[in-house]
Amino acid sequence: MSTATTSKPAAAAAAAAPAGTGPLPGEGRIGLRGNLRHISALARRNVMQLKADPQSMFDVVFMPIVFALLFVFVFGGAISGNGNQDAYVNYVIPGLMAMMGLNVAMGVGVGVNDDFKKGVMDRFRSMPIARSSVLLAKIVVELGRTLIAITILLGVGFLLGLSIETSFTDLLLAIGLSAVFGASLMWIFILLGLTLQNAQAVQGVAMMVLMPLQFGSSIFAPPSTMPGWLQSFTDYNPLSQLADAARGLINGGPVAHAVWVTLAWSLAITVVTMPLAVRKFRQKT
Amino acid sequence: MTRTDNNPQHGPNAVEVRGLVKHFGETKALDGVDLDVREGTVLGVLGPNGAGKTTLVRCLSTLLVPDAGTARVAGYDVVRQPRQLRRTIGLTGQYASVDEKLSGWENLYMIGRLLDLSRKDSRARADELLERFSLTEAARKPATTYSGGMRRRLDLAASMIGRPAVLYLDEPTTGLDPRTRNEVWDEVQRMVAEGATVLLTTQYMEEAEHLAHELTVIDRGQVIAGGRIDELKARVGGRTLRIRPASASDLPGMARALAEAGLDGIAGTQAVPDEGVLLVPILSDEQLTAVVGLLAARGYAIADLGTYLPSLDEVFLAITGHRTADAQDAPPADGQQTGRAGRTDRTDQNTEVAA
Repeated sequence: MSTATTSKPAAAAAAAAPAGTGPLPGEGRIGLRGNLRHISALARRNVMQLKADPQSMFDVVFMPIVFALLFVFVFGGAISGNGNQDAYVNYVIPGLMAMMGLNVAMGVGVGVNDDFKKGVMDRFRSMPIARSSVLLAKIVVELGRTLIAITILLGVGFLLGLSIETSFTDLLLAIGLSAVFGASLMWIFILLGLTLQNAQAVQGVAMMVLMPLQFGSSIFAPPSTMPGWLQSFTDYNPLSQLADAARGLINGGPVAHAVWVTLAWSLAITVVTMPLAVRKFRQKT
Repeated sequence: MTRTDNNPQHGPNAVEVRGLVKHFGETKALDGVDLDVREGTVLGVLGPNGAGKTTLVRCLSTLLVPDAGTARVAGYDVVRQPRQLRRTIGLTGQYASVDEKLSGWENLYMIGRLLDLSRKDSRARADELLERFSLTEAARKPATTYSGGMRRRLDLAASMIGRPAVLYLDEPTTGLDPRTRNEVWDEVQRMVAEGATVLLTTQYMEEAEHLAHELTVIDRGQVIAGGRIDELKARVGGRTLRIRPASASDLPGMARALAEAGLDGIAGTQAVPDEGVLLVPILSDEQLTAVVGLLAARGYAIADLGTYLPSLDEVFLAITGHRTADAQDAPPADGQQTGRAGRTDRTDQNTEVAA
């Protein structure tokens, strides 16, 4: 990032008017309204891309259906112990809400990797817009996709006998919490997508991380039946916290701890990975 | 911040590059480049693949941060004032920088919104530019369905949305067929007529001659020649007239006749008996007319004749004494055989030979 530090064209560098490195702070900054306008224009682009390629919506439409049916009918009877799938519906559907965000986030990494190899990114990065707005627009649209997936999941859940034991507000809180955590995960995968060479590599790394996180959690089965070492893993797994929080918000019971831990995880992940991702995007050549 | 100094003799510079250096590991993509582009003119940056042309454009459009040296565009420093600089430039890359999944109209509308035009203005500007670039019919179709030339035109249109003061065209016609290339050239000339300053990179001498007022030749990250086109042409030779007499045995007589009449140009005529042709360096239309007239008056029967421009490789040979590293990348010969009728030619000012 340094200028005029090499000795070679010393005379030419000396002719430079403003010494120092990096952009001058404050100059030409883009205001909040401008940023929101740019983000919405770029989000529109992402929506248009989805429209042009309807198959790209398959994951958020079919993934929740397949997972809900698979787990309730194939494993439900066994996990609940007495063949009573109804009880398992109320256990696993809130857990699967946590998984929707995770799976959409994984797709973000792959999409970013493809998208950012295109020439249009050069155009965006040479335009007077905050470079983070390109990434934020992606997050906004992917959050929309997450909400679609969760809505379909709940729809299937209701058909399978899901009952909300609390209130509609609590249900909305559960959805919101899943979305917030999903958004923080997206930053991780954007960072991965910008860092790794190709989409296959992103997919590979994502699967490697996802599988243990998904199954080593309280999403599908109560950790009480797991061996001790795995229980301590699931306890610290943020997906367990999110699944427990969603479960509590839908089925009733104490939720405060799980909600706060999930929010803390979301904040921590975002604070660390978002600046890294924006930086990576800025420097990508 | 201060604007660029106005040089009363040449007019203000829209682009000023001094000692620009950019390394990629061991590779010196730019190794101390100096160049100026005067406001309202076209600077052609001519060089082979890997000469550093694209790196230069990327540094000047804030996509890359140079390692040393300075560059100012419209008075703004590329490193210190990137945000202001981005407001003044338009970029058309070698690879179409439009979103191919979106329609032409959606692409232009999006860019309008990103440039802070109102919804209404963005719509109007998109319509206007699609019309101007003859894309109205395909406006609502995804850009994936566009031909190479249409995509390049859409790319140019996208760069024009914000009415940029300085336009970078990075090899705008590489890979295009001659007809499409001419369309792109026409558009570039229109933009210049409307006052844009253009920095054009190209591998083709013919393109540089057609569009540029001044030329900078770069090789391996360094400027190896620069100046007005006619100055460079005097150094490297302009067009070459290739005459095929009906009988190859006429070659020596024809060469002698031209030499005696002082029509053989600076480098002299060259007979190529193997191919049965005579090559005459041409510096002006008058000389061209005189050469043909003389040969006709002497009663030589001409079977075929045509003019061609030196290839990039020949330019390099003339300037540096060595060939380009990738001589095989020189443009195909048929791209250089030019019937010059119907094309404006502002570079043929050097009439001293024919006079």
